[in-house]
Parts: sequence; structure tokens; C-alpha cells
Amino acid sequence: MLRYIGRRLLIAIPTLLLVITAAFFMMRAAPGSPFDSDRKLLPEIEANVLAKYGMNKPLGAQYVDYLAGVARGDLGPSLKYRDKTVLDILKENYEVSLKLGLSAIAIAAVVGVSLGVMAALRQNGTTDHAVMAVAILGVCIPTFVTAPLLVLGIASKLGWLPTAGWNDGALANMVLPVTVLALPQIAIISRLTRAGMIEVLRSNYIRTARAKGLPESLIVRKHALRAAILPLVSYLGPACAGLITGSLVVEKIFNLPGLGKFFVISALQRDYTVVMGMVIFYAALILLLNLVADLLYAVLDPRVRLA
Amino acid sequence: MSEAVLSAPVKGRSLWDDAGRRLMANKAATASMVLLAALVVLAVIGPYLVPFAYDQVDKDDVWLPPLQGGHLLGSDALGRDLLARLLTGLRVSLAIGLVATFVSLVIGVAWGAVAGYVGGKLDEAMMRIVDVLYSLPFIFFVILLMVTFGSNIVLIFVAIGAVEWLTMSRIVRGQTLTLKNKEFVEAARAAGLSRGAIIARHIVPNLLGPVVVYVTLTIPAVILAESFLSFLGLGVQPPMASLGTLIAGGASDMELAPWLLVFPSLLMVLTLMCFNFIGDGLRDAIDPKDR
Repeated sequence: MLRYIGRRLLIAIPTLLLVITAAFFMMRAAPGSPFDSDRKLLPEIEANVLAKYGMNKPLGAQYVDYLAGVARGDLGPSLKYRDKTVLDILKENYEVSLKLGLSAIAIAAVVGVSLGVMAALRQNGTTDHAVMAVAILGVCIPTFVTAPLLVLGIASKLGWLPTAGWNDGALANMVLPVTVLALPQIAIISRLTRAGMIEVLRSNYIRTARAKGLPESLIVRKHALRAAILPLVSYLGPACAGLITGSLVVEKIFNLPGLGKFFVISALQRDYTVVMGMVIFYAALILLLNLVADLLYAVLDPRVRLA
Repeated sequence: MSEAVLSAPVKGRSLWDDAGRRLMANKAATASMVLLAALVVLAVIGPYLVPFAYDQVDKDDVWLPPLQGGHLLGSDALGRDLLARLLTGLRVSLAIGLVATFVSLVIGVAWGAVAGYVGGKLDEAMMRIVDVLYSLPFIFFVILLMVTFGSNIVLIFVAIGAVEWLTMSRIVRGQTLTLKNKEFVEAARAAGLSRGAIIARHIVPNLLGPVVVYVTLTIPAVILAESFLSFLGLGVQPPMASLGTLIAGGASDMELAPWLLVFPSLLMVLTLMCFNFIGDGLRDAIDPKDR
């Protein structure tokens, strides 16, 4: 197990390197520079500014410098937000995104699995059809449609919840963004659970359990559920990617001080270091979650051997 | 029994006949196909039927609610007709969906078929690349691409298509692995066909089933990705419209003119739903083991 984790972490290094390289050169290929502004800088001042950030060197040397910095855990200073390093920005803002993402995935897991199990137990019944209709809708209605519609209906017209803002993570402010983020995940998770559950309930060991005379609720909870949610574990990685994508929209619409909104703004402003920092952060997060998913899979399914 | 009936050739039921019959029995899928056909026709000829151009500004007719001043679905802040913009947006979104899916189809099928057929070290290397790409936060790279090269429509096609081919290549590779040991491939090899010819003429045509299913599910994913970019202001640029830009515009004016948000959202959801129902229906029809 430990050796497996070690090897996976070793494989992650070239992957990260690839991400960093691609993002670095793409960002630099973009026209414009972080120091463009309406007022033209004097050539001497511009040269000074460039020298301060090491940007007067050839691109290759800057790339090597940047890699060396990353290896030391130094992501550099922001080029747009004065006196802030990229790490500062990450530290100050990751909490909001993390809180949103974790709440959304937790709610999605609980609601999605319950709906999926309910649907599977009454396959082709009314409940099943209702759940599947919700699942289809959840996949088809993108976050940038649900978010404004919910704000319009529940926040603006009815006035039940605040329309936007974070307010230090007050519950009322979190309800709408978390709901919007969780809905598509609920849809996918309930579909996966239903499919897994239907398959498992037909298997031989469930028949055996029934033949033994175990109560149905025990069979569902103890025997079937554990096998049925296995596909969910491998969905963890894509789910995380989906949440990140969703949070870009949700943080914009609800005007939340999270990481997501920095990315697009910084990319447009050519704040190279901040963009790179975000890319590295999210890539590392996804790689880590994929590893966790694989480990969990092995723990839950004794047939899987990690080598 | 008469002579004529006996001598009539027995008509076999091919895999596709069966699949077609199962698909037609699926009410949601058939209804979606009819609806989608209607949407496509509307997207193609609709803009010519509306008496307004999608970018026709009218200072006197701003913020008109639906059914006023000859604007069936109302008008926006610049007095542009929402129906005309909606139809144009639908056309752009569908076009992006089709072209980007085609890009992903070409890359994915070629990649997967070669990896699966050649096998060995090459297969391992190619699939390792797919694994690595899978674990990247792709939306960031698409955003970076749009920022780097500016948002033009061709780039949107390429960027999204280049992202969506990964799953396709995995599906195709898996299918190729099962195909390559079949007798007809062996026969082709014995007949002296080159590797390239076998892949192109014997492997790829037999991949059709799963590929068709996945294509119908990729189109809505692409439309979604494009609208997402447009929503962030990185996709289709004004005055051109796509469903995403219309929803983004509608969301910013929703207090004043809710119809600008509601109609594009409805059309978007309807379109995506059609594709998803058809894709699900096709999957059940072609690969009925899940029923």
C-alpha cells in the first residue's frame, strides 16, 4: 500500500511538470503584459519593473527560475495585487471555495445516494420515474441557468435568501450557491447509484441473503449498498473537476470571495504568477483526489489489489 | 402455404434493424428526435423568417416585454429582437456542437483505434498520455487558450474538440481490443492488408455502434462547454449570439427583463434534453444488456 502511494506520487510529478510547462508557455504566448495600462510607462521605468520580476531574462531562463521557485514552494509575487504573493492569495481565498465545494459534494452524496437507492428499490415505479426525471433535468440544466433563475425567484422576488455575497459564510448566504453546485452532482450520483443498485440486487449473494431470511432493510443497507456505491468512488475525481468548473460560475454570479473568480480575471489581466498558482493548485488537488479515490476503491473492494 | 411465400427469401434481422426497432419503441427518444429535428430546421431557416436581424438595433423599442411592438419574445437593452437572437444563437450553438464533436470524433477514433490495434508499448504510452490529460483541470486550459489567442469561433471548435476526445479514444480502444482478434481481421491480415488499411477499412467501420452513442452524448457536452465559456465572456463575442451569451446577458438584466433570461434558458435546456434522451435511447437500443 505505502509503496503504491509512493509510486503514484512519483508519477504525479511529471504530470504536474507537464501542466506547469503547458500553462507557462501558453500564458506567455498571450499578447499583452501584466504591466500594460492606459498610461504608457516610461521605457526606463518599464525596464526596472521587468527587472524586478526577473522578466528581462530570456523566456527559457524565466521558466527555469519559475520551476526552481515552485520546487522551493515559492509561487512568486502577484503581478497585479501589490504586496501579495500568490500563496497569500491562495491562502486567503481557498477557504470559501473549499467550504462551498465540500458542502456541495457532501449534500450531493447524501441526497444522490438516497434518491438512487429509492429509485432502484421501486424500479419502473412512480418514484423511479420521478427520480430519473430529476436526474435528467439536473444533467441538462447548467449551473449558469439554475443560479440566475434561483436568484431571480427565491432571492429577488420572494426575498427569502440574500441574492449575493458571502457574509463570512453565514448559512443563509451559502444555501443558494451550494444548492446550485450540488444539483448536477445529485443528478449524476443518483443515476450511478440506481444503476449500481439494480445490478447488485440481482446478484447471487443478495439472493442468498434473502434466502437466509434477513430483513430487506438490512440487506439493502449492509449487503447491497456497499457494492452499489463502488462506481461512485471512481466518480470522485470527475466530480471534483465538475465542482471546480461550477465554482467559476457560482462565485461570479453570487459574487463570492473564492478562488474561482481570480482565475478568469487574472488570466485576462495577464497576472502570470497568479494564473500559474491556480493551475498548479487545482491540478495537484485533482491528482490527489484521484489517488484517494483509487485507495478508497481498494479498501471497499477486496478484489482489487494495488500493485 | 403457397409456393410464393415459401420461395420468398428470408429477410434476416440485422443488429441495426433490432436497434432501430428498440429505439422507435422508446417514447422519450422518438419524441426528442422529432423535437430536435424541428429545432434544427428552426435554427437553419428560422433567422430568415423573423422580420428582424439578430444585430438590428432599434433605439425606440428597448426592453419590450414579449408580444409588444411586433417582437414575439420581446427585445433587449438595445432593442434587438429576442426571437431573432435566439434562433441565431441556437444555430451557432448547434454548429459549435457539431463541428467540435466532429473534431473530437476524428482525434478520438484515430487515437483509440491505433492504440488498441497496435498494442504493446505504443498502446501503453498512448493511453498513459490520455490518463495524464484526464487528470488535468481542462477548463483552465481552454480558458488559457481563449485568452491567449483571442476568442474566435474556429478556436472554440478546436479547443473544445481537443478536450472532448479523451473518453472517445478510451471507448474506441476498448472496442478495438475485442475486434482485433476476430476472424475477419485475421482474414484481412492473411490477405496481406497493411496495418493502416486494416484499421481504416475493417476496424473503424465496426466501431460505429458505441461511437454513435457517444457522439450524441458529446454534442450536448460541447454545447454546454461553449455556453460556459460564453457565460464567462470568453466564448462567442457580441453582437454574435450563442445560447450561452444570451443566458449571460439575460442573467445580468434579469431584474428588469426576466424574459431575456427565461427564454434562452428554456431553449438551452430543451436542446440539451433532446440530445441526452436520444443518446440514452441509442445506448439502450444498441447495447441492450443494461435493461
